[in-house]
Amino acid sequence: MARTDRLRLLVLAVFASLTPLALSACGTAPQNKAEGPGSAPFTLSGANGRPVSDYTLKGKPYAIFFGFTRCPDVCPTTLARMAHLRKAMGADGAKFAIVFVSVDPEHDKPADIGRYVDLFGTPIIGATGSKAQIDAITKNFGVFYQKVPQPGGDYTIDHSAIVILMDRKGHFAGTLSDSEDEKASLAKLKPLVA
Amino acid sequence: MIRTMILGGALALASAAPLAAHDYTVGAIALDHPWARETAPGQKAGGGFVSIHNSGKTSDRLISGSTPVAAEVQVHSVNMDGGIMRMRRMTDGLSIAPGETVVLKPGSFHVMFVGLKQPLKAGTTIPVTLRFQKAGAIRVQFAVQSLIGGDHGSH
Ligand SMILES: [Cu+2]
Repeated sequence: MARTDRLRLLVLAVFASLTPLALSACGTAPQNKAEGPGSAPFTLSGANGRPVSDYTLKGKPYAIFFGFTRCPDVCPTTLARMAHLRKAMGADGAKFAIVFVSVDPEHDKPADIGRYVDLFGTPIIGATGSKAQIDAITKNFGVFYQKVPQPGGDYTIDHSAIVILMDRKGHFAGTLSDSEDEKASLAKLKPLVA
Repeated sequence: MIRTMILGGALALASAAPLAAHDYTVGAIALDHPWARETAPGQKAGGGFVSIHNSGKTSDRLISGSTPVAAEVQVHSVNMDGGIMRMRRMTDGLSIAPGETVVLKPGSFHVMFVGLKQPLKAGTTIPVTLRFQKAGAIRVQFAVQSLIGGDHGSH
């Protein structure tokens, strides 16, 4: 292996390992939007049986979150929070989409995800995909996820708990953190729908 | 005889009252406000939350539990370092130090109902037996809360 190739691999590895942390640390868009989170095309299977892709989502800003239905803690907290923020925005709340992607396709079938997102009392686009599709979209959005075996033969999934905002052109527009207050989140959502 | 009956009646009242107040005691362990999140049909796991106080002089440990609505009740921790959610099963249980209150809440600890046999419906309660190393078993009713209407975890 040539020295430059090895260096390139190293740089890539460092980038890949830093991206989720960098994402969670900063809430602003990078300079070059064409290379930002979510800039590559993606396709998933929607809960309603139809595809969900960068193409189907275009035209409306969206907030995207990655998790799994057996996550009893941060996933429902985050989705309930998104539903609450939408309600707080009044009429503007309908002007952005909420997307939940299950990173546990082995367990969460599209119909399961549909029933799950229905619990939150507001339209949420549920989706998942093959392992290859999930690997691609999480890399695309700089989201970390990892299957972790648990004692007893079961498994859990470690995953980024961040909400990523995309504008109506499909460009990265910031992130929401679970530790910020409602006012801070609304201040990020409002310009998206303006 | 009459005294026994009065005593018996008082005891019955005493054991009935805490149920309504969401307050359960066994030995030095007191549990308050047990609640769970509603789940969708087909969803295989749900989370339960409760506040545990140890008024004893020695530490105790929540080691396991059981419920008719799920195959297993496990004790889990959640760590959010670096913006990443990491959930782990606590096979050794959760220690409750003497004089301390440990609150199982989103973002810290929960009991997980693994292998749900039916959806947890908002507005219902589910019977759960929690087992402590020293205090023993305690039967509590977890109130199932709707996911609509904001973040219950901030209570
Ligand atoms: Cu859990």
